[in-house]
Amino acid sequence: MIERKVKILNNAGLHTRPAATLVKLAAKYKSDFYIYKDGLKINGKSIIGVMTLAAEKGSELTLTFDGEDEEKAANEIVDYFNRGFDEL
Amino acid sequence: MNYTGENILKGIPAAPGIAIATAYLYKKYKEDVTKEKIEDTDLAIQNLSEALEKSKKELQKIFSLAIDKMGEKRAGIFEAQLMILEDPVLLETIINRIKNEKINPEYVVSDEISKYQALMNASSEPYMKERSMDIEDIKNRIIKNIKNKKWKSRIASDVVVVTDVITPADTVLFTRVNVKGYVTDFGGLTSHAAIVARSLNIPAVVGTHDATDRIKNGDKIIVDGIHGTVIVNPTKEQLSEYERKLEKLNEINCELAKLRDKPAVTKDGKKIVLHANLDLEEELDFVVQNGAEGIGLVRTEQIFQVANSFPDEETQFQLYSKLAQKLYPLPITIRTFDIGGDKVLPLDIKEPNPFLGWRGIRFLLDNLELFKTQLRALLRASIHKNIKIMFPMITSIQEIRKTKQIVEICKNELKTENLNFDDNIPLGIMVEVPSSAVMAGKFAKEVDFVSIGTNDLIQYLLAVDRGNENVSAQYQEFHPAVINTLKYIIDECQNINTDVSICGEMAADILAVPLLIGLGLQSLSVSASVIPQIKKVVRSINYSDVKSLSDQCLTFETEEKIKNLIFEFYKTHLTEDLKDLM
Repeated sequence: MIERKVKILNNAGLHTRPAATLVKLAAKYKSDFYIYKDGLKINGKSIIGVMTLAAEKGSELTLTFDGEDEEKAANEIVDYFNRGFDEL
Repeated sequence: MNYTGENILKGIPAAPGIAIATAYLYKKYKEDVTKEKIEDTDLAIQNLSEALEKSKKELQKIFSLAIDKMGEKRAGIFEAQLMILEDPVLLETIINRIKNEKINPEYVVSDEISKYQALMNASSEPYMKERSMDIEDIKNRIIKNIKNKKWKSRIASDVVVVTDVITPADTVLFTRVNVKGYVTDFGGLTSHAAIVARSLNIPAVVGTHDATDRIKNGDKIIVDGIHGTVIVNPTKEQLSEYERKLEKLNEINCELAKLRDKPAVTKDGKKIVLHANLDLEEELDFVVQNGAEGIGLVRTEQIFQVANSFPDEETQFQLYSKLAQKLYPLPITIRTFDIGGDKVLPLDIKEPNPFLGWRGIRFLLDNLELFKTQLRALLRASIHKNIKIMFPMITSIQEIRKTKQIVEICKNELKTENLNFDDNIPLGIMVEVPSSAVMAGKFAKEVDFVSIGTNDLIQYLLAVDRGNENVSAQYQEFHPAVINTLKYIIDECQNINTDVSICGEMAADILAVPLLIGLGLQSLSVSASVIPQIKKVVRSINYSDVKSLSDQCLTFETEEKIKNLIFEFYKTHLTEDLKDLM
């Protein structure tokens, strides 16, 4: 299992559009993907779950990836966070 | 015309014009569900998957329409809704519960999705509550399809929108489709829905109390935004009467359009400057088309929809530059964010008394980074020297001085960064609370210009919440206290040669225009859509006549007397077709 810490970089935060993109990215991989924030554990493959996250600019999240393609999944998804959801 | 009858609803005339169209009930639908035991879980799951498929088809249609009408970015919410219909975690839970607990699928769907909504509603972020509303939509759509009910899709064209209340966001959404008119249960003359309806020239009647109960989807209705009446399923006579009126109105509008390039000068030669208010970027072309000589008020909190988030310096700079360039050489007065009161605070702050709370300049001075970001963007956009900056809700001289200091700090920052700006950029204040009205002369000395905001001034002066329809009748534009206060502010400013104008809704009231000019105002800023009418009024009056009209009004002690005298004035001094506008 891989665990990574990420930070929200874009101004608008984790709003609906990046939430949708995130879930679509996660769906490409077999690995389980979870997001942890403020004691909440959210399945990253569930759009309705990700939408319950209020993640403002600057907030920190922990991501876990578990499965045969965890390495690839972690790289692509962490990279999407680091690009500020392509809104920088 | 008889304005009462069984099929007639009365409301507040919020935006002039007449619309005859099909009613479209815009409701946050709620489907009733009860928990029931079932036997055949396979059939239930089959029903569920058919309902999901049907919902997908419906949403796909809406999604592509939304992209077309609203642009890809705003349509994003529908894509997320579509994904919810395929959410593996959600669907697995729902199917397992149907199998294991043997209960009806609509109940499980409602119960499961509601859990996520509860999480969203518990958040302190206001946009999470909006998200929860969006989820409500998809929840009801699935339930409706499980029950196999027909449901009107969310977006329709060429309709009159009938709803309980319209938020500014709703109104913007509706501007992308061809809405013919608005009818609401709640809201007053100066609610944002009314302001936006006026600026887009869409007839509206607000505050009808029970329109959504009395009007059904698909009813033919007439919206008379001039008299504040709505006719449901009109009789032949009513219909032909209104078709005739509509035709006449179109003729008048054509006539007014011809005035576009003529100056706003009274018959005895007094020049009146007509500026437009701007709430939406899309209005800009409309402003010029209608012959405005500049923009007297840009409501930045409206343009950027700051309820969701504050735009950064670059985003603001781009938009201010665009507006200033498009208007050049005409002047444009941009007001800094006026947040609070009926304008949503972006932070989740509940105040017992928002109109007496943290709003306008108070909020900006307490959020210096945000304030400076906006000032820097405004300064950077001022290189063509046609931007003026205006500050809302000023109540003390300290606020003015502090604000000017901050402008200086921003200027110095820009200088060290070698960025250009207009070093003599005019700064002005809104006079919209009684304290600044009483101190108008002293405050005006500190700034380059003053703009009277009548909406707030009237409500603070008369202690009437303009959005509360229980007391909206006491919100009197022509209250003698209002007229005398206006006179005082105008005189105080003119005594020291500080420019004074008016930018509230009162300036857009055809009835008020002669009085305001008589009181000494030489500059009015109004919704672009009413500029031609106002120009027509200005060109039909003598300043000497309206001066004596206002002198006489200042001596009256009731609104009724003042209004009667103005009506009398219209009858004796103005032409036939202007009376039709009233």
